[in-house]
Amino acid sequence: MSTAGFLMMTITMSLVTAITVYLVWRVLTAPQPNDDEE
Amino acid sequence: MSKPNEGWGSRIGLILAMAGNAVGLGNFLRFPIQAVENGGGAFIIPYLVCFLLMGVPLLLIEWTTGRFSGQFGDHTTPFLMQRLDPKRAFWKYLGVFGIFANVAVAAYYCYVESWTMAYIYHSAIGTFADMDQAQVAGFFTAYTDTYQTTTGIPYENVIFFVLCVVLNTWILSKGLAGGVEITAKIGMPLLILFGIFLAIQGVTLTAGEKGAQFDGLVGLDFLWTPQFDSLTNPSVWLAAAGQVFFTLSVGMGTVICFASYIKKRRDVALNAMTAGWLNEFVEVVLGASILIPICVGYFGIDGVVDRVNSGGGFGLAFQSLPYLFQQWGDLLAVVAGIAFFGLLFFAGITSSLAMGTPWMGLLQYEFGWKRETAAWSFGALVLLLGLPTVLFYDKGVFGEYDYWAGTVCLFFFAMMESILFAWVFGIDRGWQEINDGAEIRLPRVYKFILKFITPALLLFVFIGNLFIPIGADWGAAVNNLFAGNGWQFDASSLVGTVSNAGLKAQIAAAELAGNSTAVAQLEERLWYVNGARLLLLTTFVFITALVYIAYRKRLRTQGAPA
Repeated sequence: MSTAGFLMMTITMSLVTAITVYLVWRVLTAPQPNDDEE
Repeated sequence: MSKPNEGWGSRIGLILAMAGNAVGLGNFLRFPIQAVENGGGAFIIPYLVCFLLMGVPLLLIEWTTGRFSGQFGDHTTPFLMQRLDPKRAFWKYLGVFGIFANVAVAAYYCYVESWTMAYIYHSAIGTFADMDQAQVAGFFTAYTDTYQTTTGIPYENVIFFVLCVVLNTWILSKGLAGGVEITAKIGMPLLILFGIFLAIQGVTLTAGEKGAQFDGLVGLDFLWTPQFDSLTNPSVWLAAAGQVFFTLSVGMGTVICFASYIKKRRDVALNAMTAGWLNEFVEVVLGASILIPICVGYFGIDGVVDRVNSGGGFGLAFQSLPYLFQQWGDLLAVVAGIAFFGLLFFAGITSSLAMGTPWMGLLQYEFGWKRETAAWSFGALVLLLGLPTVLFYDKGVFGEYDYWAGTVCLFFFAMMESILFAWVFGIDRGWQEINDGAEIRLPRVYKFILKFITPALLLFVFIGNLFIPIGADWGAAVNNLFAGNGWQFDASSLVGTVSNAGLKAQIAAAELAGNSTAVAQLEERLWYVNGARLLLLTTFVFITALVYIAYRKRLRTQGAPA
C-alpha cells in the first residue's frame, strides 16, 4: 500500500473512530435525567 | 379527541434509531463508489469539510426544530416547520416535502430492502453455490424481471416486496418505543458486528488464497490513495456534498419528526453529534473496508472500474459478491452472504421505518387515527406507489422516484429549512435552542456557519445540480459562456432531466441510425418516465390537500395562530 494512501486511511479512520467512541462514552456516562423535573 | 401518547423509551434507543435512520444501504454501496469515482483518498477531504459545514449544521437544525416544535404537540413536518414562523401559513406547504419525500422514497427503498431479504434467503439455502460469475449476475437480472423466475417461485420479487412492506408496517404499528426503537437496538449492534466481520475478511484477503488474485489491501490502496488534483474539480465537491447529504438522511423530515418526541430541555447537541458520528464510523471505517477490497481482490482494479461503470455499487453487491463469497468455502460463503445482506437489511429497515413517521404523525395527531390504522395506511400507500417500481423496474420508473423524491426534494427541503431556521426563526433564538440542555459545548463558530455557510453551501449544491454543464466540465463551460457560446446543459442536470434531454438524444440517435426497434423501446421508456412523474405529482397534490384539510381543522378547533 502506498505511503500516502496508508497515511490518509489511518488518519481518517483513527479520527472518525476516536470521535465516535468519545461521543458514545459521553452519552453512556451522562447522568440520567430526572423526569419529575418536568 | 385524545392525543396519542408516543415517546422514546430511552436515550440510547433514540440515538440508535437516529443513527439507524442515517445508516442506509448508501453507506456500504454508494460511499466507496463515490470515493473511487472522485479522486480516491482526496475525496475524503471535501467529504469531511462538507460534513462539518453542511452535515453537522443540518443535523443541529433538524434535531432542534423537532424538539422545539414538538413541545406544542406537533409531530408531522408541515406543522413542525410552521411552528418556527406561525404567522406565515405557507411554511406548512414546505413541510409537505417532508411527508411526500418519505412516502415516495420508502416506495422504492422497500423494494431494494426486499432484495436484501431475498438474498439472505438465497444465501442461506445455498442458491448461489456452484453458480459462475455470469450466472450470479444473471440471477439478479432475472430476479428483478417479475415475469421470469430462476428459482421456481413465481413473482418472487413481488412476494418479497410485499413481505418487506408488511414487516415495516407491523413494526411501525408497535409504535416508537415498542417497534422502531427495539428494531434499532437489535439491528444497529448486529449491523456493526456483521460489518466488522466482513471488513476483517476484506482487508485480510491474500492473493493466491481462496481464489483471490490480489491482496485486499490493493483495494484499500485504490480507495485511499489521494489524487489532490481532483480537489480543484467542482464536480468532486458536488459529489462530496451529495454523499454527506444522503448519508445523514437530512432534508427528509425524518430527523425532525423523530426529534419532536424528545422532551423539553433534554439534550439535542450531544445526541445529534453522537448519531451523526456513528453514521460516519459505519460509512468511513466499515463501508470503505468491505465492497472495494473484496471485489478488487478478485477482479483487480480495472475489473472493478468496469463493473462500477456498468452497474455501480448495487451491481457489485448483488451481481458479484454472492459469487465471490462462494470462493471462501461452503460454510463461510453462507455466513458471509447472510452477514453482508443482513447488514444491508438492517441498514435498510432502520431507515425505512423512519420514513413512516411523518405520514403517521399527520394521521395520528391531525386526524385522530389510531397508530395501527395509520401504520397500515402507510403500508398501503407504499405498496401502491412501490408496485410500479417493482413491475416496471427496467423502464426507468425506479430512477425517476430516486431522482425526484430522493434527490431534488431533499436538497430543496434542506435549503429551505436552513433559511427558515437561521433567517426567519432567527439565529439568536436558534442558537439558544440548540444549547438549551446541551451536554456538550459546541464551538461558537457554528453560529456563523449555521447562518451563512450552510445555506450558501446548499444553494451552491442546488444550483450546481441545476446547471451541470455538458460532460460536467465546469472550466470549459465557463470559458464557453464568456466566449459568447452560451451554456450547454448536461443531460444529468436538473434542467436536462426535466426536459428528458438524455432520452430524447438517444431517440434522435436511434432514428438517425434507422434502428426502429430501439426507437420504439426508448419511446416506451419515455412514456413510463413521464407516467412515473405524473404519479409522484399526484401523490404530492394529495398530501398537500390533506395538510390543507388538517390546517382548516386546526383553525376551527384552535383558532388563528398567535
